[in-house]
Amino acid sequence: MSRAGVLAIALFALGAIIAPFMLKPFGIFLISMWAVLTIAAIGLNLTLGYAGQVSMAQGAFVGIGAYTLALLTQAGVPYPIAFVASGVLCFAIGWLLGYPALRVQHHYLAFVTLAFTTIVFLLLRNEEWLTGGIYGVNAIKRPVFFGWNTGKAMDYYFFCLGVLSVISFAVWWMLRSPWGRAFVALRENPVRALSLGLDTRRYTLMAFAIGSMLGGFSGALFASLVQFIEPASFALNRSFDLLLMVIVGGSGYFMGPFVGALISVLLPEWMRITEGYYLIIYAALVMVMMPLAPYGIVGLIERGYKSLTTKRGQQKPASVVAERAAP
Amino acid sequence: MLRKSLTLPATIAAFAAFTAAASAQSTATSVYMPAIVELSGGGAVSGTNYRDGMILAMEEINAKGGILGKKIDMPLLDSQSEAGIARSQVQKVLDNKPYVIMGPVFSGSVMTSMLLAQQAEIPQIVGGEAPAITQRGNPFVFRTSFGAQFSMPKVANYVRDGAKAKSVAILWVNNDFGKGGRDSFVKEMASRDIKVVADISTESGQADFSADVVKIKAANADLIFVYTNEEESARFLREAKKQGIKTPMVGETTLLGQKVLDLAGDAANGVKGHVGLTVDAPIDAVKGFAERFKKRFNYVCDHNGMKGYTAIYMVKHVTEKVGKFDSKAFAETLHGLTITPAQEPGILMEATWDKNGDIDRESFIGEVVDGKQKIVATLPKLGLK
Amino acid sequence: MASFIQLLVSGLATGAIYALIAVGFTLLWQTSQTINFAQGEFVMLPAFFILIAMNHGAPFWLACLVGIATSVVVLGILFKFIIVDPMLKHGVLPLVISSIALALFLKEAVKDFYSSQAQPFPVLVSAGDFHIFGAVISSQSLVVLGVAIVTVVGLHLMLNKTRLGRMMQATAQNPTLATILGVPVRKMVLYTFLVNAVLVAIASILISPIYLAKFTNGETLGMAAFLAAIIGGFNQVRGAILGGIILGILDNLSAAYLSSQYRAAFPLIILIVVILVRPQGLLGRVEERTV
Repeated sequence: MSRAGVLAIALFALGAIIAPFMLKPFGIFLISMWAVLTIAAIGLNLTLGYAGQVSMAQGAFVGIGAYTLALLTQAGVPYPIAFVASGVLCFAIGWLLGYPALRVQHHYLAFVTLAFTTIVFLLLRNEEWLTGGIYGVNAIKRPVFFGWNTGKAMDYYFFCLGVLSVISFAVWWMLRSPWGRAFVALRENPVRALSLGLDTRRYTLMAFAIGSMLGGFSGALFASLVQFIEPASFALNRSFDLLLMVIVGGSGYFMGPFVGALISVLLPEWMRITEGYYLIIYAALVMVMMPLAPYGIVGLIERGYKSLTTKRGQQKPASVVAERAAP
Repeated sequence: MLRKSLTLPATIAAFAAFTAAASAQSTATSVYMPAIVELSGGGAVSGTNYRDGMILAMEEINAKGGILGKKIDMPLLDSQSEAGIARSQVQKVLDNKPYVIMGPVFSGSVMTSMLLAQQAEIPQIVGGEAPAITQRGNPFVFRTSFGAQFSMPKVANYVRDGAKAKSVAILWVNNDFGKGGRDSFVKEMASRDIKVVADISTESGQADFSADVVKIKAANADLIFVYTNEEESARFLREAKKQGIKTPMVGETTLLGQKVLDLAGDAANGVKGHVGLTVDAPIDAVKGFAERFKKRFNYVCDHNGMKGYTAIYMVKHVTEKVGKFDSKAFAETLHGLTITPAQEPGILMEATWDKNGDIDRESFIGEVVDGKQKIVATLPKLGLK
Repeated sequence: MASFIQLLVSGLATGAIYALIAVGFTLLWQTSQTINFAQGEFVMLPAFFILIAMNHGAPFWLACLVGIATSVVVLGILFKFIIVDPMLKHGVLPLVISSIALALFLKEAVKDFYSSQAQPFPVLVSAGDFHIFGAVISSQSLVVLGVAIVTVVGLHLMLNKTRLGRMMQATAQNPTLATILGVPVRKMVLYTFLVNAVLVAIASILISPIYLAKFTNGETLGMAAFLAAIIGGFNQVRGAILGGIILGILDNLSAAYLSSQYRAAFPLIILIVVILVRPQGLLGRVEERTV
């Protein structure tokens, strides 16, 4: 990892820790939402950025996770168990969904996941006996750990931030392991990976299932953050939103989801001056960005920084692949 | 990588500066009453109507000097039709000590945000119609239209006494709007021993109703109750006419709205129903409002526009009655209060708020004759206390 | 029985519209690997071009011509040169994202700058119903069906019987080889975009009297076209037609006989089954250019 990279992450972490002390409750809600959605985006980035598969089901996994947590805690299951169950269930469903879908090459996972998302929405809406139907589940509790009550906005933010840190570290570690490097090899050159004897399908499936699991964890945090969930929150738009987040931030870059989620959460606030027009502007910005910088903001910054240092004659030997895997 | 490290502190600084700039609290010359409405997403149509109704009332009031000499300052915040965002927007405006909060319209968004306003003891004037909103003992939430638990008994009485039906088929739209109405209606039917022989859910945005009409035909009910949004109502009526359905059709407010009549043409003739808040009400004040609205915004407003408009005038009247800007006194005064058009022309129709925050108004039984809504009976207020 | 025929006939009329939209969708995919997630919005938009022209005093027929011409410029030429071309070198995925953003952009633009309300739209023929085997079909549905068939047959003839059409097909099937054979590939790709623009404009004129012009129309239509294309076969024009018709009929039958609450799920289940069992679609051929 480059020194600039370490510095950047340290500053980012510092910013995340001091931010709530400078913000009012609404600001704290927004950065909590950022932490929650970042987890889902990290998961999607595994599927999209590393395994090279488009998933349009990440919003549905967030929904499954959210409903699992809400329904289990309301049935009296302790929070930690419900939380873990959210992720595990999504892992299992991801596996079952991906296993057949990945037999078929290429963009077909996108189509299957697109269908899956709509079916999940219909189930959440129609199976009222279980999910509360269109009116959703209300009054979802926030956890208490050993006397630490996360009911207040600031406490819950630090809980989300804690979970985000643990997950980020786990994913970072995973991508640095030999197993994770196979992921990267897979994305960079699937044919070569195959010829080197990698079982590409198994790795891709694993990436998708783990990505789905992170969607589930994100959903669990989402449920207690908003304390109310309804089916419409997890319809196709949520999946599109997460997809845009990962792309805008920089798919395949470790920091991409962090930046993408930050923009997605803060943009409506920044653009409040434009009243109802922020969606138009957001859409236009994405369209402008895609041809100019398809590797996203982090990709753009990294390339800019690289060309800057190269000009100064300090060319670094690290390959793009290694840099991407472990910034 | 380096530039990014600069972006975050810059972001936080910009963000902090921004929230500071947005703290437009009530001042000596203005009163801060923010609105949280569905300006984008699935509820955009309802939300923009509610917003435009409020804007029209605000402009009229401000042009005449405001409330107690203070201009209304009503920033608009978009809930994006999402409960989570609505809740956080309410949280945000609460930081700035609002006098009252206007909106949201979606019931789900109301349910999640009303607890916050209750804790802060700020009245919230909402557009939601789900029964549960006023059944939680929240003394700071006020409706602007009937909850489904009050409009449906009126329809049900008509089904039993007016149409003398023994069995009904229900066609409803499976969303936030349709589900609540359908549930209340089914309950009312059960308590009147009227059999529901077909219970057909439709999708919002659905264009092809041939399957639904085939099912309704097969059910052979005495009467069909239709509870869908405007465009879907019109498409259904057309398809029903095409397939030659002769069974009487009854609806609630939307089915007899002008928009449906415009879109459905002669397929709507003969449709009957209960009409709550409507710009087609045979009341001059309402007609005048509808014209001003049309002139200002260039479209015909629906009942949400009327909800927004009357809500602002309700705030004005209650405040003037209290004589100062006191949020708690506002809520206390509004419970059990009746406002008549003579006292406050902008209220359009006499309205009473009960101890739960439910609203009570006159309503109508209408029938469509030659493509026009005709009011055949006026139903008195329920007499809520 | 009468009700079954009714469902079949109504489904056929709806399916014909889906087919029309799906055909353009597959054409774009074949020639330029464009998965256009804004295809539904492309159908929503021309109706508003026409309404704007009529607001400026144009009679309906003229407004329709203006609408088709504007579509060709905006949804054909501009779409290709501004959105698609700069993205092509980045592969399939970035273009998918761009088209998702474009869909959002078009929808919001219509809502904010025209109206959020449904708008009545003039009908091509005055109302009138026909009775066939106990089923009722409106003259409007017949016109939709007729125009859709004529358009599709015309397109089929153009693609298979003319030199231009064969060059377009060659481009679709193997651009490299087509270039070697002297086919002006870039021009052919542009033509498919123009054809798509005309198709969506026609679809818009056909459906808007029934659907009413509204900014959200694209959501269901785009999804339907997408499903039709995959079910029928992503790389075959006739596959898209079959897919559209299956979808229209299936939707009606499942809503009537299975469950109306889950009517939206049945086409998706079919989609998943098709992808697993016959990934190239019912009529599609296996693509050789994967990886």
